[in-house]
Amino acid sequence: MLSDSQIKDLELKAVAIRESIIEMLVAAGSGHTAGPLGMTDIFTAMYFHILNHDPKNPDWTERDRLILSNGHIVPVRYATMAHAGYFPVPELLTLRKFGSRLQGHPEREKLPGLENTSGPLGSGLSQASGMALGLRMDGRKNHIFCCMSDGELDEGNSWEAIMFAGNNRLNNLTAIIDRNNIQIDGTTETIMPLEPLADKWRAFNWHVIEIDGHNFNEIVDAVNLAKTIVEKPTVIIAHTIPGKGIKEIEFDYRWHGAPPGAGPEDVWKKAEQGNEMLKELRTLQGKIEGGHLD
Amino acid sequence: MLNPIAKLNDKTLDPKSLDQKATRDGFGIGLVEAGNLDENVVALSADLKESTRVEEFSKLFPNRFIEMGVAEQNLATVASGLANYGKIPFITSYATFSPGRNWEQIRTTIALNNVPVKIIGCHAGVSVGPDGATHQALEDVAIMRVMPNMTVIVPCDMNEAKRATLAIAKSGKPAYLRLGREKTAVFTTDETQFEIGKSEIMFGDLADADIGIVACGTLVHNAILAANELAGEGINAVVLNMATIKPIDREGLVDLAKSAGAIVTCEEHQIAGGLGGAVAEVLAEEHPVPIEFIGVRDQFGQSGTMAELFNHYKLDVESIKNAVRDALKRK
Repeated sequence: MLSDSQIKDLELKAVAIRESIIEMLVAAGSGHTAGPLGMTDIFTAMYFHILNHDPKNPDWTERDRLILSNGHIVPVRYATMAHAGYFPVPELLTLRKFGSRLQGHPEREKLPGLENTSGPLGSGLSQASGMALGLRMDGRKNHIFCCMSDGELDEGNSWEAIMFAGNNRLNNLTAIIDRNNIQIDGTTETIMPLEPLADKWRAFNWHVIEIDGHNFNEIVDAVNLAKTIVEKPTVIIAHTIPGKGIKEIEFDYRWHGAPPGAGPEDVWKKAEQGNEMLKELRTLQGKIEGGHLD
Repeated sequence: MLNPIAKLNDKTLDPKSLDQKATRDGFGIGLVEAGNLDENVVALSADLKESTRVEEFSKLFPNRFIEMGVAEQNLATVASGLANYGKIPFITSYATFSPGRNWEQIRTTIALNNVPVKIIGCHAGVSVGPDGATHQALEDVAIMRVMPNMTVIVPCDMNEAKRATLAIAKSGKPAYLRLGREKTAVFTTDETQFEIGKSEIMFGDLADADIGIVACGTLVHNAILAANELAGEGINAVVLNMATIKPIDREGLVDLAKSAGAIVTCEEHQIAGGLGGAVAEVLAEEHPVPIEFIGVRDQFGQSGTMAELFNHYKLDVESIKNAVRDALKRK
């Protein structure tokens, strides 16, 4: 169990990271909004509590490795890495711009600490499995995490990897599914139904844990439990809210691929979207007075 | 005459007396040797370990052999993870499936990711014969050649396949090695040099070249036989073995074009995007000369024997000689 002060610290980090995500997307003028906001709590827990890592030594051989499979949510990874000390926070505003290390989809060689190149869906879990297998061959204890989306489970390559990791009992591998129920064209269950999702993974010889992806205790407990499962890999199905933190866009699949400034105008005009979202984050959805409103 | 520097088998011009072995066999031997030299070498098979000649490696190094099942996309991406961690994975299947089916996975997770996975495409070309068009990769060089960071090698015989395997194991880069199923003449020797990116003159002399024949893979030996027969007609042909299609040996190629003034390319692959395309790109830029192309012209393969198919697609010795005559007329 995390202490109250640990949880408070993680929550404050997550708010700051969400603000950075909005600022980055506004500056970039393109990119995905819903997924990064939905995975912010998990990335915050990863970089500020779970991962064995060193931001000043990204190639440290003893580090745990976090593979990002659905590369389009990389703003959350960039923002979290910057806040964790991998690179200066102001560099976040170079996202998607010419000459930036922060490519629209992540490229391993561009930015130390990224671990893998991704964007085209369905290949991250395989890469994570290969790393986990290589580490096991050498008797190393590092843990591999793979953050992936629910939508990319439409890809055959995903299931090839699920079958492979289950067959090889890769207990040093933990997959975390961003179960936010949306993909670009609509909800997962209308586009290509995934349920019963947990049963499918169990049938492929994975240990399954389902959590609230916004509850830091559940996130940390699930990872701790996963590390004790020795006979198979573990998948954490993290139920998340797309657009989490900004209630006007939560659950709305139309914000999957739109940045603030280009989203649907039900609530705010395009030109107001960035500032309104930041205001909402900085006031914790109106619960407090913003300490640093523009 | 054979170029003595290439140290080819003395019987190269007498095909019936040469050993016949497949390039895939050379790969299998080279892989075991690479495995002995470096414990980070691992091999992955997509349910084809015998026919891709990984079986011996799998017996000698069972803990470094990974069976993937019939899943070529996973084959490439798991290997990406292994290489990213520090292993040197060789991934083996038929070329139509890998790098055919898993092209995007190779592009994103191996080439752009820039990790040293070695892609071994077996059963390439029409020479696989009776299996027919579905299994005859004629586009694999093209789709690999256009990929940044990728090395592309098409060995001419079993010995060169072995040497190429050892070379890519040490290169630290992504690589594609194209192999054939059928037994073909083994005309290089243990003394023949192989270096990635370096072409080698196998027949003739640059000093009195009338025509340059640039060949790769199974057609190098046919090109040598054609050049030898042309010598009887008073035509001095120089045969350049362009085993590395990428990075292509620009210097060797331009030297040949300057000396000979006309070029014929020979490959068991689509001319478009293949060796023919690669040679034309370099010469158009650096030293334009007439070029004739031996290769497959925008067609699929079909069932038949290797000899029947080589005749049908004009990959045989007579067709190379005709192409040389056509090229000379254009000089």
